[in-house]
Amino acid sequence: MKRAFPILGVVTAALLSYALYEALVVAPTEATMGDVQRIFYYHVPSAWTAFLLFLINFVASVVYLIRRNTKADIVALVTAEVGVVFCTVVLITGPIWARPVWGIWWTWDLRLTLTLVLWLIYVSYLVLRRFSSSGQTPLLAAVLAVFGALDVPLVYFSIWYFRTQHPSPVIGGGGSLDPRMGRVLLINWAAFLCFAFMVCWSRYRLEHLHREVEEMQALESMLEAKSGSAS
Amino acid sequence: MSLTRATLAKDLRLEWRSKDAINSMLFFALLVVVIFSFSFDPTAEESRQIAGGLVWVAFLFAAVVALNQTWARELRNQVLDAYRVSPAPANSLFLAKAFGNFIFVSVLEVLMTPLFIVFYNLRALGPAYQLPMVAVAGTWAIVVNGTFFAAMSLRTRSREIMLPLLLFPISIPALLAMVEATTAILTGEASAKFWIVLLVAYDVVFTVGSLWLFETVLNAE
Amino acid sequence: MNYLFAAYAATWIIHVFYLTTLVRRYSRLRKEIEDLQRK
Repeated sequence: MKRAFPILGVVTAALLSYALYEALVVAPTEATMGDVQRIFYYHVPSAWTAFLLFLINFVASVVYLIRRNTKADIVALVTAEVGVVFCTVVLITGPIWARPVWGIWWTWDLRLTLTLVLWLIYVSYLVLRRFSSSGQTPLLAAVLAVFGALDVPLVYFSIWYFRTQHPSPVIGGGGSLDPRMGRVLLINWAAFLCFAFMVCWSRYRLEHLHREVEEMQALESMLEAKSGSAS
Repeated sequence: MSLTRATLAKDLRLEWRSKDAINSMLFFALLVVVIFSFSFDPTAEESRQIAGGLVWVAFLFAAVVALNQTWARELRNQVLDAYRVSPAPANSLFLAKAFGNFIFVSVLEVLMTPLFIVFYNLRALGPAYQLPMVAVAGTWAIVVNGTFFAAMSLRTRSREIMLPLLLFPISIPALLAMVEATTAILTGEASAKFWIVLLVAYDVVFTVGSLWLFETVLNAE
Repeated sequence: MNYLFAAYAATWIIHVFYLTTLVRRYSRLRKEIEDLQRK
């Protein structure tokens, strides 16, 4: 297991470099938007990755609610954090793309708004994790994740209808996709998935170690107290 | 059911005597209205476009004031531990608290609405009978989740900030629906029907969700 | 300002920032483990 980590790291780095090359050099230039459209190859895979991570968070949270399994709790924490990172990337690259193409930084575009709401929900999830007392944190966080998941379809429909009432440009490219661009998109997604997996794995190991150290420290202070009272 | 009624009656009685929640909510909402009035000086036409948003933001912030003190009395008197060990269903307690908050916020809305009408020269160009429907569905949406998150925030640091922090993102679809529905009814330019249906769907989903998970939250740790 | 460059740079700045926090937390943990082992 330990040997796999650096090997996977090298593979990921290679894949990301290759994907970057594909995005900047190989992919055809878009007719109307020009080179700026290449942001698409980073913006969309980041969004898909973030959504996948949040989905895993939901599943891990449900598993925790049913089984009270510590591993599930750590997976939930890890995917929430890394998901927020990828979500932030989506929310930053979206406006950077929108500005030169449509002249506006933000529009209540369906996908971008949904991403923003998910970002807000999961940031509140992370704040809850930080601020609640350690005994009940996993449980409360899992409950919040379930509530967030219940919210997602409602968010989707509310924004969808809002947009039919107040139409605006679509960030992220609507319509059909040139298959050559589709190929580059998938390569970049594969690269970012590997990268996300590496980051999650690292974060998981860090959290596991952190909890072990906390346990040892608790044990240590208990023993000190005992020896202190005995003498 | 009887526990719900008894708890609700007790809360209403205590509130009627002290008027703590209502007074602070009322004052807060009044401040918000006045400050908004200074910030925006709209024409009657513009008023109808923005009043929906202003009204619901004011009610939302005032509701948070009420929600934050939902469990304060129980916490002060260590009543929650008694509820945990008693055989009474936790949901009765939750419903009582949620209904109590619903009544407080609704009273606030009834008192504040004439003020809004006066300050912004409001007159509904669309079907005004739909406004109470939006108010009831919307208020319940805020209150059901607010009461639930208030319980979740009980043993967190910065409890008063935790509640709105958790509540606002999850409430976004409901807030959007409330504001859009109100604006649609006031301006008469669109139909509020979809938004009202969405609000009811939201209410159903989160009432069920809260009832399902409240016991878990109550017994945490 | 080249928007394409800005977007790609922003992406990696965000990821590197997060990874830096992980590395920092890890070295702090390592120190705590050393402290515990010495005791």
